[in-house]
Amino acid sequence: MKLSTEEVARVANLARLDLSEEKTEIFAGQLHNILTYMDKLNEIDTSNVEPMFSPVEHTTVLRKDIVVKEHTRDEILANAPDSDGQYFIVPRIV
Amino acid sequence: MSSLIEKSLTEIHSLLIAGEVTAVDAVKACLQQIEKTEPQIKALLAKNGEEALKQAEEMDKQGPDSSKPLWGVPVVIKDVLATKDITTTCGSKILENFVPFYDATSVTKLKEAGAIIIAKANMDEFAMGSTTENSAYQTTLNPCDLSRVPGGSSGGSGATVTAGQCFAALGTDTGGSIRLPASFCGCVGVKPTYGRVSRYGMIAYGSSLDQIGPMTRTVEDSARVLSVIAGHDKRDSTSVNCEVPDYIGALAERTDLSGLTIGLPEEYWGEGLSEEVSETCRNAIKKAEELGAKTVPVKLNMTEYAIATYYIIAMAEASSNLSRFDGVRYGHRTKDADELIDLYTKSRTEAFGDEVQRRIIIGTYVLSAGYYDAYYCKAAQIRRLMRNDFEKAFESCDLIAGPACPTTAFPVGELTADPLQMYLMDIFTISLNLVGMPGMSLPVGIGKDTNMPVGLQLMAPAFGETTMLQAANVLEKNLPDFSKPQMV
Repeated sequence: MKLSTEEVARVANLARLDLSEEKTEIFAGQLHNILTYMDKLNEIDTSNVEPMFSPVEHTTVLRKDIVVKEHTRDEILANAPDSDGQYFIVPRIV
Repeated sequence: MSSLIEKSLTEIHSLLIAGEVTAVDAVKACLQQIEKTEPQIKALLAKNGEEALKQAEEMDKQGPDSSKPLWGVPVVIKDVLATKDITTTCGSKILENFVPFYDATSVTKLKEAGAIIIAKANMDEFAMGSTTENSAYQTTLNPCDLSRVPGGSSGGSGATVTAGQCFAALGTDTGGSIRLPASFCGCVGVKPTYGRVSRYGMIAYGSSLDQIGPMTRTVEDSARVLSVIAGHDKRDSTSVNCEVPDYIGALAERTDLSGLTIGLPEEYWGEGLSEEVSETCRNAIKKAEELGAKTVPVKLNMTEYAIATYYIIAMAEASSNLSRFDGVRYGHRTKDADELIDLYTKSRTEAFGDEVQRRIIIGTYVLSAGYYDAYYCKAAQIRRLMRNDFEKAFESCDLIAGPACPTTAFPVGELTADPLQMYLMDIFTISLNLVGMPGMSLPVGIGKDTNMPVGLQLMAPAFGETTMLQAANVLEKNLPDFSKPQMV
């Protein structure tokens, strides 16, 4: 299946990436090759196969719902690109 | 190299514990070697020399502690693992100045065992690559030949160990990222069973595939490091709660390979394999047979589907994992955004490299409505068939052996323009990550055409690290001596 530049741009937008026209063209060609290669999986009939999403298939881990304060506010804000010492600051939303 | 740097981890540890070498001596020897070799190989990102020396001085004041299996040993950590107060970039501009306030569990365990962190190792951005040419900061070169790649994505870890800059390094392996650079650089690299080592504090790429492991100069050294970092961690729900065997003690229990059956999958030994790799690995298998191992042919029918399966799953998981890099809480933030979506988009576009963007887009595509069943779910079904394949093969053998990579290290720049060709280099390593079983690369000789190291891959059933390490140890001790090409 040929991947169009429009489709690459649409998926990039979903992934919050803004590609230049030139890069979109290059990616479309490369992604087409990669996805064509991946299509070889269709050679195998998997109609009755249970998918395996992880090598560790044990049940969901549950723990007691206890609040533990492992880190301080200062530590968490230390790497923030912008903060007021209390909160992360982001551009106006509404 | 200074004579101290030529020691294995196990040897230097004995000298440290006996008080014949101080922790300061060990750190200084590594720092000198870094100063000498780093301008050429560029294996390291953040360096922690001053702090490491201070720590070594403190430790020397207290005196050696024989209960600590890594007391006073300088180590390097791949930059994908969080290290408290040391910059952790994951090889990406998006985390350029990120300084974690906590350690990854594997790093905590190394520190508790007495190891001293002297630097962080360069890597492909977000561990995506097979050559360490995808780092946003620098290209690491192979210490055995500076015109060649060290392999990836843990190329910095492989190069630093081979160049004698440290006694061990931690790497991570999502599709072969420990075993490939170990093979290319001529060191030992172990990918443990999925769940054997906690992934807490590791910046995730493909969460169901990633595993942390040691890269060292000998098998015994790897056993020592693995015994430290292995074990259950309540902070990682995929870490498995089962006892950690005595890996080092077990090595002494086996002096030959009698009673051991090694499976040789025809899919790993046929077409596509370079002649020098084939010959060197076959010689190692012959040696294994001389040492008492029985070899049997096994089938791994799904091998030809491994790369497609792997990249669908890895990219899908990557696209999800990397959504956390949005410029809000940490990492790069654009200077030029009017509203929130714009901030996300510009921050990510400015700071993610091409390979990361490519994988995020494919990952988003294969998970999107209409394609999920055709790609992601299909790959997950084939993943189960692959595990069935391996389980069946292990019914007739204890270990499986094959080359770690079809070629020795190739020249810098050779594959950068063709991502698909680059992905194909992982053909022999990828299956194990999909099925979650352990594997390692053991240096077994030098290829006669390129004069570069060749790695033999040993694979074991889940949690079969002990047998794998035992066999590798016996083989290592009995293979004819080969000196690795030395860096100028």
